[in-house]
Amino acid sequence: MEYVPAVARWLHFMAGVMWIGLLYYFNFVQVAALKAATADGTAAGITKHVAPRALLYFRWAAVVTWLAGAALLSDKFVDAFTLRHGMAGIGVGAWLGTIMLFNVWALIWPNQQKILGLKPATDEEKNKARRVAFLASRANVALSMPMLFFMAGGWSHRAIFGL
Amino acid sequence: MKNPLDSLWGTVISGLVLTVILYFVVKSILG
Repeated sequence: MEYVPAVARWLHFMAGVMWIGLLYYFNFVQVAALKAATADGTAAGITKHVAPRALLYFRWAAVVTWLAGAALLSDKFVDAFTLRHGMAGIGVGAWLGTIMLFNVWALIWPNQQKILGLKPATDEEKNKARRVAFLASRANVALSMPMLFFMAGGWSHRAIFGL
Repeated sequence: MKNPLDSLWGTVISGLVLTVILYFVVKSILG
């Protein structure tokens, strides 16, 4: 079973790169691109062909990242989430990642389904959905910064924590 | 007051501020 942590870490990194990479794509590229595309009448290219595919990989990469992270924590899972036995750093990272996963599945995806017309919604519901999905996505960008700081905190972070 | 998450810079600065706050929280737990 000694190969499990290595495979879990590898999967955690690959899925995490896909998840956070697509999160940054949405926030740093697509929001502004969609605004410009709406102005010249080409938004359908993004909303019909790009966004649904990006969201598919985005939400499932989030699940794989979390599960692989949980497998990697293994018997330290409880210590991490209770911030005990020297696991406070990775534990805060794990909590932030868990909150971000919740945002993806409970706020971003259900509201994006309304925005993209995958689920029936009135114009008023779509406008509300746009705002909720936007803020949840932006919150995840902000949370990703400390999340990555603590997730990446191996030997390189010991000195700044005074250890 | 404007929501900082409405702009990319506001979002990035919020993330940095949160990182610093959590750094001190974790440091106090580990210390």
